[in-house]
Amino acid sequence: MSFTVPKELETELDELITHYPQKRSASLMFLHAIQEHFGFISPEAMEWTAKKLELQPINVYELVTFYPMFRTEKLGKYQIKVCRTLSCALGGSHALRDHFCQKLGLDSTKHEPQTTKDGKFTVEFVECLASCGTAPVVMINEDFHEGVSNQKADELLGRCK
Amino acid sequence: MSTTETKPAPPPVEKIKIKVDGREIEVPKMTPDWQGKMQPTTMLQACALANQDVPHYCYHPKLPIAGNCRMCLVEFGTPMIGPDRQPVKNEDGTPKIAKSVLPYEPSTPRGAIACATPISPGMEIYPSSPATKQMREAVLESLLINHPLDCPICDQAGECKLQEYSVDYGKATSRFVEEKEHKPKQVDLGPRIMLDDERCILCSRCVRFSKDIAGDDALGFASRGSRNFLTNFPGKKFDNNYTLNTVDICPVGALTSKDFRFQMRVWFLKESKSVCTSCATGCNIVIGSRENKVYRYEPRENDAVNSSWMCDAGRLNYKWINSEFRLTQIKGPKTEWSLALRDIAETLRKAPLGSVAMVASARQTNEELYLLKKLATKLNALTDSVPRTGEGDKLLVNADKNPNSNGAKLIGIAPAQMGSNLPKIAEGIHSGSIKTLIVFGEDVTKCGISADLLGKLSTLIVSDILPNKTTEAAHYVLPGCAHAEKRGSFVNTKGRVQRFMQNTQPKGNARAEWEFLHELVYDVTGQNGFVSIEGLFNQMAKEVPAFQGVTWAALGDLGVTINL
Ligand code: SF4
Ligand code: SF4
Ligand code: FES
Ligand code: FES
Repeated sequence: MSFTVPKELETELDELITHYPQKRSASLMFLHAIQEHFGFISPEAMEWTAKKLELQPINVYELVTFYPMFRTEKLGKYQIKVCRTLSCALGGSHALRDHFCQKLGLDSTKHEPQTTKDGKFTVEFVECLASCGTAPVVMINEDFHEGVSNQKADELLGRCK
Repeated sequence: MSTTETKPAPPPVEKIKIKVDGREIEVPKMTPDWQGKMQPTTMLQACALANQDVPHYCYHPKLPIAGNCRMCLVEFGTPMIGPDRQPVKNEDGTPKIAKSVLPYEPSTPRGAIACATPISPGMEIYPSSPATKQMREAVLESLLINHPLDCPICDQAGECKLQEYSVDYGKATSRFVEEKEHKPKQVDLGPRIMLDDERCILCSRCVRFSKDIAGDDALGFASRGSRNFLTNFPGKKFDNNYTLNTVDICPVGALTSKDFRFQMRVWFLKESKSVCTSCATGCNIVIGSRENKVYRYEPRENDAVNSSWMCDAGRLNYKWINSEFRLTQIKGPKTEWSLALRDIAETLRKAPLGSVAMVASARQTNEELYLLKKLATKLNALTDSVPRTGEGDKLLVNADKNPNSNGAKLIGIAPAQMGSNLPKIAEGIHSGSIKTLIVFGEDVTKCGISADLLGKLSTLIVSDILPNKTTEAAHYVLPGCAHAEKRGSFVNTKGRVQRFMQNTQPKGNARAEWEFLHELVYDVTGQNGFVSIEGLFNQMAKEVPAFQGVTWAALGDLGVTINL
């Protein structure tokens, strides 16, 4: 698989490197920008990043696999992030995730993020989304949803076209 | 003395006093680190000086310190300082020691990692205290949580630090009732390395070795927490000249050599100190064999030569020793050693001066070359060795693939320009002035003396280990020994004279070359020499100027450097 970075993105990334005293310090922001553009970070993208930042591919790989926020595979069009930290767990977020999984035909016993076959939805657990008072909390892409009941969940799914 | 072993007295070392397990000891304030730079002495190094080995996994004296395994935790204390900034004294006048404790729980000792904590004057270290023991037990228990405990089929078993420390600090039963974390197994890391991630304790020794010693930043840890695992970059093979060293330094059985994997339980191996013969560096090695079959080479530490490492090619170049094609019998009119040697001696004695030439490999030992030189002098023979060059690298591998080029030159078998006499020998055979050729350890048909030329000789005497075109053409073939089967010495590229010990027995009727050469030299020249390798070496050292002052005993395990 060939990996090409559009000119504007590369210019943006080159500029980003200049913000840091050392090239490698730009790694995180660099990877965020790549993920934003491509949706995930492929091995080719990691190698390209390593070259740009004068690192070895393994250094980038360690970083990408350390943070769950970095994706190594293409995810669904709608990414459903269910908070599982204490308040939300008490507020029923586990049952809520089960509900999402059931609705979308996914296996709720699996730990890792799961994507529907049509590539439309990805469901996963995340840690505290910083709205503990309105548990359970869900993010769908960049939108925040509080006090999500099963019924509200169905509504939300319905709005995803 | 022509050795460089006599050095000016080192400058005095600054020492500080500390206590280890209550015993006072003076230790140097500074100690060389993995690169030889002086750094403050660590608690682990100080304890070693006090004969207290602190258990450790990630620490390796030849690698940068990582401090990540926590196995080396020790309880310690430092002299208490009062509000007046003066040392606080006990009633008996001794300094009061403030033990390191948890700030929020002063009854609980707070250990420090001995591998990375510098000592300070008056410090007290308690490597044998109950608190230290508890810390070790806790670290070990946590390391074993996800460990597969597959010692019965693990290649490391018998030389595994996890096993050893478990014997010392482990629990007989596991308190862990949860499901163990499963990680990648049988990971094909590179052409020579197989990884079992479940056995890995994440000490990062292999990561640091690859990056900082081999200069190939190829290994790292993916994921995090209990799912953390060692890996290469997907699809990028772990393949440099030194990968197998990671198998040696891996304290557990995570990294295994594909070559040695499942071949032999390590406790059956008979080990002896030897030297690698695959290039002029002469890395120090340990040969491991069982029932006369060699199973592995491992590097042996020698800071004057190879530190603690060796190259992969050298390490794996041992299979020829076990070859089924080894020469095991004398080939010639007489097939019994004493008769054959006498027969050869008679032929040589009758040969007109100057009609004999000799090609002796720079893979033969000093002792053998010295005896051959005696023969050559007596017969006024033109001699040479065969240059053997390949690729070198920046760390250890030398472009000269002969282990004893310097020996061959110093002893006078090879001219300064090794190989420059070979065309003259070929020419001599061609013109008929050379009628007898003695070849030790080379296939001369590969270096300008064709099989046709060999056919013109009236006598061709060859000693070798494996058959080749030259042994095929020989009138006499005397089966010799691999270095593993005899004792001897080489001079490496820097002038290090290094001896090696015998590990296995000669194959069949084969004999160590120096043994039968000694007899042959006696039969031809009438000069008696020494029948032991020690005596032979010492005699050579007296006669060959470059070796003046060196003795077999002085070579020890690590050798002696002579001026080239
Ligand atoms: S593979 Fe061995 S050397 Fe490498 S990190 Fe794991 S335990 Fe340490
Ligand atoms: S560097 Fe040379 S002497 Fe050392 S192990 Fe490799 S081949 Fe043998
Ligand atoms: S615990 Fe769910 S938002 Fe904080
Ligand atoms: S030896 Fe690993 S922390 Fe000290």
